[in-house]
Amino acid sequence: MANVQMPAQSLPAGQGGNAFVAGLRRILRDPFSVAALVIYVLLVLVAIFADQLMTHDPTQIQFRANGRVATNQPVSEAFLLGTTNLGRDIYSQLIAGSRNALMVGVTAAISVAALGTLVGLLSGYFGGRIDAFLMRLADVALAIPFLPFVIVLSGFFRANTWNVVIAVALLLWPNTARVIRSQVLTVKERAYVEAARVTGASDLRILFVHVAPNILPLTFLYGSVAIGWAILTEAAVSFVGFGDPSRISWGFMLQDAFVSQALSRGSWNWFLPPGICIIMVVIAGFFLARGAEEVLFPKLRS
Amino acid sequence: MATGLSATTPLVEARGLTKRFAPPARLTDMFRKERPHTHAVNKVDLTISRGESIGLLGESGCGKTTTGRLLLKLIEPSAGDILFDGTAVAGLAGPSLIDFRKRAQLVFQNPFDALNPRFTIERALAEPLVNTGVERATHRDRVEKALSQVRLPPLARFEGLFPHQLSGGQLQRIVLARALVLEPDFIVADEPVSMLDVSVRAGVLNVMREVRASLGLAALYISHDLALVRYVCSRTLVMYLGRIVEEGPTEDLLKSPLHPYTRALMKAVPVPRVDQSRDPLPIIGNVSDARGQPKGCSFRDRCPLAIARCADDEPALRSVAPGRRVACHLV
Ligand SMILES: Nc1ncnc2c1ncn2[C@@H]1O[C@H](COP(=O)(O)OP(=O)(O)OP(=O)(O)O)[C@@H](O)[C@H]1O
Ligand code: SF4
Ligand SMILES: [Mg+2]
Repeated sequence: MANVQMPAQSLPAGQGGNAFVAGLRRILRDPFSVAALVIYVLLVLVAIFADQLMTHDPTQIQFRANGRVATNQPVSEAFLLGTTNLGRDIYSQLIAGSRNALMVGVTAAISVAALGTLVGLLSGYFGGRIDAFLMRLADVALAIPFLPFVIVLSGFFRANTWNVVIAVALLLWPNTARVIRSQVLTVKERAYVEAARVTGASDLRILFVHVAPNILPLTFLYGSVAIGWAILTEAAVSFVGFGDPSRISWGFMLQDAFVSQALSRGSWNWFLPPGICIIMVVIAGFFLARGAEEVLFPKLRS
Repeated sequence: MATGLSATTPLVEARGLTKRFAPPARLTDMFRKERPHTHAVNKVDLTISRGESIGLLGESGCGKTTTGRLLLKLIEPSAGDILFDGTAVAGLAGPSLIDFRKRAQLVFQNPFDALNPRFTIERALAEPLVNTGVERATHRDRVEKALSQVRLPPLARFEGLFPHQLSGGQLQRIVLARALVLEPDFIVADEPVSMLDVSVRAGVLNVMREVRASLGLAALYISHDLALVRYVCSRTLVMYLGRIVEEGPTEDLLKSPLHPYTRALMKAVPVPRVDQSRDPLPIIGNVSDARGQPKGCSFRDRCPLAIARCADDEPALRSVAPGRRVACHLV
């Protein structure tokens, strides 16, 4: 048997072939994902430049030239989306609400992703009692009904936007944790994990250096789903009147419009804009998750 | 770990090595007192001297991989002891475990799965040095040395490459290099070429044989493949359902197999060649499962020569000629 010398040309030219870049390219070809990205970029830009974009102070009562309160103004050059029944500028409220939506969405998403990933990693990797305990905890968290829980939280603490974030994090982590856990169970059977062990890697190194990076994309997926959920929940909580009264959010605007009979008076310029914003951002969250899913599991594409 | 109590201490010694796996829990088992466990490895004794290369032969599911993983302390035995260079492996932890890891390494069956897809080749090769706390300044030299030992080009040629960009044969050499980078005394090679293209098997085996001989490594080659064992191993153990049924110098064992199971294995491959694709064994029946603790000889269901005694008495592994041991009542 002759020694087989490796032919020099059999090595491909040095280039970091990256499946992630290919996935991103695929996302950019999907119109839904592109639309979702555009919506999020807009949301972020509007939130950042809110001070420049607002034409009035959203909390201030506006007056007309004749000195009377500018109540229920229609769409005009002075009030781009008109005013509320108490004379506040709707357009400026809408812009201010973007900040709240972004903050709630992003912090909730980060909390859900972080908590769920950590629990999923520990549970899947160590198994045994740790796993049993954490998964029972997940069952309990999943059994708690969402909206009542937030409302109870708001009752305990002051009505506060953070209640929504905390509630979303506490109640949504189990979904992430379960998926991450099952993925860990698969990854930890891979030979390269055993290779890490036999070459002296510690449990923590195996978990965070070898296992976690191969699972991280799933974390992003579940994080982006949580953005939509958090914004929707915040809107719902504000709408039923348990929101933070000192903060202008889209849900608060809807509630304000609702209790002021804006619907029966046909003031579409008041209730439609926040409603559309909520729907767009929530749908964008799900489209983004869908796009992320296609990058992660390209086989789902027909 | 203290090195070499004396030159005559075997490098690896296993006594009564046993591994039982609990069956997956099922609802119906709740009412049973004892659930049958799988005896993947059953009272195995083996010794491997310094620089010796031995083969572990047997059909799928007979416990070869489990034996290898036990010897490397990747799983803990249910019973029995393993001594590595005179030290009990069971008690190793912390720094002494790291020392053991440096000395005992594994070459994997499936090179496509044995390398982290997110690590570049360079990082994969340096990882063992990072894990075992080898001084960083020496990493590059040691990786280059390991690459040249497995006859791969220098590290510069792998700049920025990921595992999926290499062929199976190249990957398996990388896997071997990753084991060699720690400068071990002992390697377990679990079916090292069975996942490779028939055309590149000989090349990889050649490299392994050369490296082993030139570095004086002790090796345990795990295989179903008589040809591989014949090509690289001076001594061979034949395993059946968790037990060693025959042991001897490879050439003697292949020329005159004594145990009925070994003979059946031999009939399967009349002229062993490494580049042959593998066929299932023509022994009647399948490997009966290793569940429960059956009485008598574990091979009796498939043995053409079985006698009444085989059903009751478990044959012990007895010495029948210098260096040869067999577990069969008829030998
Ligand atoms: N982690 C485990 N849990 C439960 N049973 C196991 C486990 N690992 C192995 N077994 C069982 O132990 C027995 C021996 O398995 P092992 O992998 O050691 O066989 P093998 O000789 O290496 O087979 P192959 O040639 O297919 O690799 C099999 O019946 C297998 O199902
Ligand atoms: S002991 Fe009996 S059953 Fe077992 S191999 Fe020998 S003859 Fe066959
Ligand atoms: Mg095996």
